[in-house]
Amino acid sequence: MRSTLSLKDRFSRWLPRLVLSPSLVAIIVGVYLFIAWTGWISLSSSKMVPKYDFVGLEQYIRLWSTPRWETAVANLFVFTVLFLAITIAIGLLIAILLDQQIRAEGFLRAVYLYPMALSFIVTGTAWKWILNPDLGVEKVVNDLGWTGFVFDWITRPEYAIYCVVIAAVWQSTGFAMAIFLAGLRGIDTSIIKAAQIEGASLPRIYLNIIVPMLRPAFLSVIVLLSYISIKSFDLVLALTGGGPGNSTEMPSTFMFSATFRRNQMGVGAASAMMMLMTVAAIIIPYLYSELKEARNEH
Amino acid sequence: MSTEARSARRAHQFGRLFIYGSLIALAIFYLMPLWVMIVTSLKSLDEIYSGSFIGLPQAITFEAWEKAWGQACIGTACDGLRPYFVNSLLMVIPAVALSTAIGAINGYILTKWRFPGANFVFGLMLFGCFLPFQAVILPMAQLLGSLRLSGTIPGLVLVHTVYGISFTTLFFRNYFITIPDELTRAAQIDGAGFFRIFFSVMLPAALPIIVVSCIWQFTQIWNDFLFGVSFTAGQSSPITVALNNIVNVTMGRKQYNVDMAAAMIAAIPTLVVYIVAGRYFVRGLTAGAVKG
Repeated sequence: MRSTLSLKDRFSRWLPRLVLSPSLVAIIVGVYLFIAWTGWISLSSSKMVPKYDFVGLEQYIRLWSTPRWETAVANLFVFTVLFLAITIAIGLLIAILLDQQIRAEGFLRAVYLYPMALSFIVTGTAWKWILNPDLGVEKVVNDLGWTGFVFDWITRPEYAIYCVVIAAVWQSTGFAMAIFLAGLRGIDTSIIKAAQIEGASLPRIYLNIIVPMLRPAFLSVIVLLSYISIKSFDLVLALTGGGPGNSTEMPSTFMFSATFRRNQMGVGAASAMMMLMTVAAIIIPYLYSELKEARNEH
Repeated sequence: MSTEARSARRAHQFGRLFIYGSLIALAIFYLMPLWVMIVTSLKSLDEIYSGSFIGLPQAITFEAWEKAWGQACIGTACDGLRPYFVNSLLMVIPAVALSTAIGAINGYILTKWRFPGANFVFGLMLFGCFLPFQAVILPMAQLLGSLRLSGTIPGLVLVHTVYGISFTTLFFRNYFITIPDELTRAAQIDGAGFFRIFFSVMLPAALPIIVVSCIWQFTQIWNDFLFGVSFTAGQSSPITVALNNIVNVTMGRKQYNVDMAAAMIAAIPTLVVYIVAGRYFVRGLTAGAVKG
C-alpha cells in the first residue's frame, strides 16, 4: 500500500505538518527552550550579563534570604487570597442578580465588564488618583461633612497592598461574572421552579442547589484569577510602584527590578523560575483535566 | 385579593427593588473611575487643586487633552503621547494580523488534518496561554539583541506574534472542531487540496472566530506593558510605557488632568473596540475557561 503512494500524495500527506512546523518551532523555542535557558541562568553566577557557568542553587538560596523577596511572597499570598475571595463573591452576586430576568441586562453586563478591556496601567493611573488622600475620595467624604474620615491606605506601607486589591477587584469582577453567568445559563430552570414549589426560598435555593452546580465555573475562575494575580505586574507598578518603600513588592516586580535595575540577573532568573513553577502547579493539572474531560465527551 | 396573596406580592416587589437597587449601586461603583477620569481630564489644574474631584467641571477645557497628546514630557522629549500612540498602532496591526492568520491555519490543521501526536502538539501550544512571561524575557532580550531587533517595533511584533499563537490556535481549533468533517471530506473528493479547502471552505465559515481572535489579540497587545518596558526604551516605546512615564514624573505640581487625559487616550482604542464588539470580546475572554 505504502509503495503505491506517489510523490505528490506523499507531499500532500506531509503538507499540513510542514505548514504547522514553524509555529511549533516558535513555541518550542519561545516557550520551552527559553524556560530552560532562564532555568540555566538561575543556576549560574550571572549578574549584569548572562554567564553560563554553574553554581548550583546559590541564586535560589540568595533569593530566599532576601527580605525583599519575602515581602513579595507574603504580599502575593495576601493579595491572591483577598483578590480571589472578593472578586468571586461580587462576581457571583452580580451573576445571580443578573439572572433574575432583569431589564437592560445587556447594558448592565457591559458596565460591569468594561474594565477588563482596559490596560492595567490605565486602571492603576485612575485608582492612584482616586485613592490619593489629598484630593481624592478622602477629601470628597470630608467635604460632605464627615471630617474625621481617613482613607490614606495608599500612603501607608501596612495598608497599600489593599489598594492594589481594590483596583484589581474592580478590573476583574466582570470576568468572574461572565463565567458564572454562562454557568447559570446552563442550568435547567425547572430545578428552581421545583424547589420553589417545595417551599424553599430563593436565596436558599441558590445557596444549597445552584451554587454547588457551578463547580466547573468556580474551578475556571479560581485558576484564571490565580494566574492573573501571580503575573500582576503593570497594576502594581502603575498604582504604587512597589511602594511606599517596598511594601507592595510582588514577585513580578521583584523579578523585573532584580534583572533590569539591580544587576542581579541570576536572582531575577531564580525568582522567574519560582513564579513559573507556581503557575505550572496550578495550570498543568487544570489543562490536563479540561482536555481529558473534553476527550471523554467526544 | 386575599391578604396572603397581597403579602406575597409585596415580598416579590421588595425582592425586585432589592435586585435593581443592588445592580444600580454596583454599576455606579464600576462606572465611577471612568467618570472621574473623564471629568478630571476636562478640568483646569486650578479647579482640581481647589478641591473638585467628582463633580462636573465648572468650565470644560480640552487643554489637558492637547497637552497629553502633543506636549507632555516623557523622558527628555516633550512631544506628548502622539508618537507612542503611533508606535502602538504600528506594533498592534501587524501582530494581530500575523497571529490571527497563523492561528487560523493551525486550528485548521489540528482539526481537519489530524496526525499522530496532534493532541500533544496542541497541549504544548496551550501551555503558552498561561506562561508567566517573566520566565522568558531574559532569553528573549538576548535573542532580540542578536537579531538586531532590540528596541524596535518589528522586535515587538515578533514577540507578540510568537506568544499570541497559543491563544489564536486555541480559538480556531475549538471553533473548527464544531465544523463537520464531512464538509472538508466532500471538498477533498471534489479534488480540492489543502489550501483550497482552507480558503474556500473553512475561512468563509470562520468569520465570527476571526473577529474574536482579532479583538482578543488587539486588546492584549495594545494593553501589554511587560514586553514594552523590557524590550524598548525612549522613543520606540508603546503607549502603555509612555503613559506610565508621564504619570510617574515627580517634578513640579502634579498635573492630574493631563495624567487622566493621557490615560483616556491610552484607553480609548480598546474601549471603542469593546463598545462596538463587546459580544465577541466576551467570547474571547471566556475561551480560556471553555473546554478544549
